[in-house]
Amino acid sequence: MTFQLEAAVAARDFAASLALAPGETVAVLGPNGAGKSTLLSVTAGLLRPDAGRAMLDGRTLFDLPGGTWLAPHLRGTALLAQQPLLFPHLSVLENVAFGPRSAGAGRHGARQNARHWLAEVDALHLAGRRPGQLSGGQAQRVAVARALAAGPQLLLLDEPMSALDVEAAPMLRRLLKRVLAGRRAIIVTHDVLDALLLADRAVVMEAGRITEEGPVRRILERPRSRFAAGLAGLNLLTGTITGDGILATDGTSGLAAGATVTGTADPEAAPGQVGIAVFRPAEVAVFREPVHGSPRNTFAVTVTDVEPHGGHIRIHAGGLYADITAAAAADLDVAPGLQLYFAVKATAVDIFPA
Amino acid sequence: MRALRGPAALAAAGALALAGCGAGGTAPAESGNGAGGSLTVFAAASLQQVFTELAGAFEQQHPGTDVVLNFAGSSDLATQITAGAPADVFAAADTRTMDQLAAASLLAGEPEEFASNTLTIVVPPDNPAGIDSFADLAEPGTAVVVCAPQVPCGAAAEKAAAAAGTTLQPASEEASVTDVLGKVSSGEADAGLVYITDARNAAGRVTAVPFAEAAAAVNTYPIAAVDGSGQQQLAAEFIDLVTGGTGRQVLSAAGFGLP
Amino acid sequence: MARSAHPAGYSGLPRWIMVPAALGFGAVLLPLAALAARVDWAGFLPLVTSASSLAALGLSLRTAAASTVLCLVLGIPTALVLARASFPGQQLLRALVLLPLVLPPVVGGIALLYTFGRRGLLGPALEVAGIQIAFSTAAVVLAQTFVALPFLVVSLEGALRTAGHRYEAVAATLGARPTTVLTRVTLPLILPGLASGAVLAFARALGEFGATLTFAGSLQGVTRTLPLEIYLQRETDPDAAVALSLVLVAVAAAVVGLAYRRTLSGALGVGGR
Repeated sequence: MTFQLEAAVAARDFAASLALAPGETVAVLGPNGAGKSTLLSVTAGLLRPDAGRAMLDGRTLFDLPGGTWLAPHLRGTALLAQQPLLFPHLSVLENVAFGPRSAGAGRHGARQNARHWLAEVDALHLAGRRPGQLSGGQAQRVAVARALAAGPQLLLLDEPMSALDVEAAPMLRRLLKRVLAGRRAIIVTHDVLDALLLADRAVVMEAGRITEEGPVRRILERPRSRFAAGLAGLNLLTGTITGDGILATDGTSGLAAGATVTGTADPEAAPGQVGIAVFRPAEVAVFREPVHGSPRNTFAVTVTDVEPHGGHIRIHAGGLYADITAAAAADLDVAPGLQLYFAVKATAVDIFPA
Repeated sequence: MRALRGPAALAAAGALALAGCGAGGTAPAESGNGAGGSLTVFAAASLQQVFTELAGAFEQQHPGTDVVLNFAGSSDLATQITAGAPADVFAAADTRTMDQLAAASLLAGEPEEFASNTLTIVVPPDNPAGIDSFADLAEPGTAVVVCAPQVPCGAAAEKAAAAAGTTLQPASEEASVTDVLGKVSSGEADAGLVYITDARNAAGRVTAVPFAEAAAAVNTYPIAAVDGSGQQQLAAEFIDLVTGGTGRQVLSAAGFGLP
Repeated sequence: MARSAHPAGYSGLPRWIMVPAALGFGAVLLPLAALAARVDWAGFLPLVTSASSLAALGLSLRTAAASTVLCLVLGIPTALVLARASFPGQQLLRALVLLPLVLPPVVGGIALLYTFGRRGLLGPALEVAGIQIAFSTAAVVLAQTFVALPFLVVSLEGALRTAGHRYEAVAATLGARPTTVLTRVTLPLILPGLASGAVLAFARALGEFGATLTFAGSLQGVTRTLPLEIYLQRETDPDAAVALSLVLVAVAAAVVGLAYRRTLSGALGVGGR
């Protein structure tokens, strides 16, 4: 572990510790006010904890009380916030060159560097614009380039997609997936999709404490915290997009590899891409016999668990969930080991590029 | 002086606004109503102490009569009267402003001279520059403050300098005696030129150093009733009081010269 | 009038509000119109180009410019500390710094006298250093700075609070030292506030009268600024006073017009689209 942090902020009832391996991206999930942003602020040096210590690649970021407190600009922890916060008085190019310039690079070198990162986020054509002339999605892409150009040892992302509209979010998510690969980063999010697609590992924060930690899929499948259980109320299937609104599963989610799911495709989705299909357990109809009638997906599954869930009965089968009424469950005589058919309308399934 | 004028003007504007709104309130009391009315006296600022005392005496002699006093610089008062301010009596610190009103036919009678005032040097109590004659004022490095030539005390200072055959290099030419006294009493200036009566009022804060050349620059104070006054009888009686025995006694006690 | 200015929008204004509003406009504009009406136009040019008038105007412009520079040098750090730092007694200090806004200027003049005067708090020390402030142009600049500084501080502090410090936080995480953040992020961001604050300070310095009269004195070309010249001219030459007043009104109008020309700030892209 080359990044280690342990901190307590009494005023916010915050006490958490976190460690990251080189090249690891960790998603911090949790409800509003759980302390996710506090974690980032403490790491970036914008908020001074009452006690704790943090190390990054052998350097002490802070050791409190009484010890070191490194100023934000000496930490190498660039922050990407919800809002792009591009400096309005500087051009896009100068915004991205800001980090290199601050690090002491000459004007020419810094601009060279900035162009490289703008190209990396497909925004080189925006170099001469003012931030006021950019769309929300463009601005956030430039903000990503600016954060990366600073050459951070640890990248901090605070809900980078939350201020974007539904059109712009998938594009940025794809961009982040590319640039975060093999990069050490902490991404705060309340979107399970971000965690699943962008992070290697997730931690769940509730009321200022880390309540759960592990691989994202494991947390979603076997949630131990209340928040993760809430998140887990979604069916997620990963695979490859093979056609318009069609996803071939990769076999990691319980269904056999190659099983196809039909749904409503995100505009950005294109055949050949890695994708994800999402639908709610309440949208799933459950039958004992195969049913036909399109457009509808039918999956043959074996029941692994049955539990009461908020006035309904939740059936766990083949890595999927279905919420049905108690009467329906009684009719079906559901029990673990039973072979069932889960059916969901194509209109109830969303397919995203991953 | 200015501070006094501000609120008065504001009140007048307020009254005007109220009147303009047509609120059915009572009209402001007219100054000319009844035997025991009120008499409005506009007087030069240097007369404040003396006229306050004389107004008190006048009110005792005329029970029920209210004397309203307005003190300001003579030219300010002349401007106000020209603009139609309701004055019954005007007492100026120099003949020039009175002559302006006479020329504009704003006086009810001939102005009468009732007092005179003479310049004196004032120095801070410790007299840091060691001033004891008018010639000392011309010493290089001496910070002397006078009134600007545009105001009566400044015109008098120029006359005195001419009589002494010296040219003053003042550090500042103030717009009023008060400002000259302020600069001297605070020690900012080494010396200043003001009237004897001003120096007497500021006794303790400044020390007066009389000089012979002052005789060349004596200022006379005229008083007159204002044309269109509704209180001609009271105005005449007030002028009699000022120019008579009581007036002479009070003026003389304050340091004024008598004609 | 209002209808043609806002063809589509609903203003929500009751009709009767136009009456007190008209009185309000009149309260400001009528005296100015009356002043303009009293100007002796035939003699206007000779009156305002007399040696004493030109000396006063020149002195006013020079001292107001110097005061504005001094206000910027002192006011920017003051506003930054008030807006961004946090320390005990901050609220009290803010209130005290803004006091000259509501103080009669003559009180400021007296206070300055007892600070920088020959017998003031710093007088002896200044005398030892060979600095003579009494009756000098420097005294005028000090008096103007005293009354104008709060205008700049208020304007800047407002701009700083509106801008927030999120940009600064991001800049710091990108590796910028505090001084770099100040010069490359904070100051450019508040440039519109800085510009209008400086213009307001200049206008206030230009109109300064009471503190100058009390503290600096009045001598042509040295300490007699335009307002003092007007005050003095009034004694003997009301026409000249009126003409000079109109000049001062014109200069003030130009300055205020400049301050509220928001196109300048819009071009910088703050809050732009």
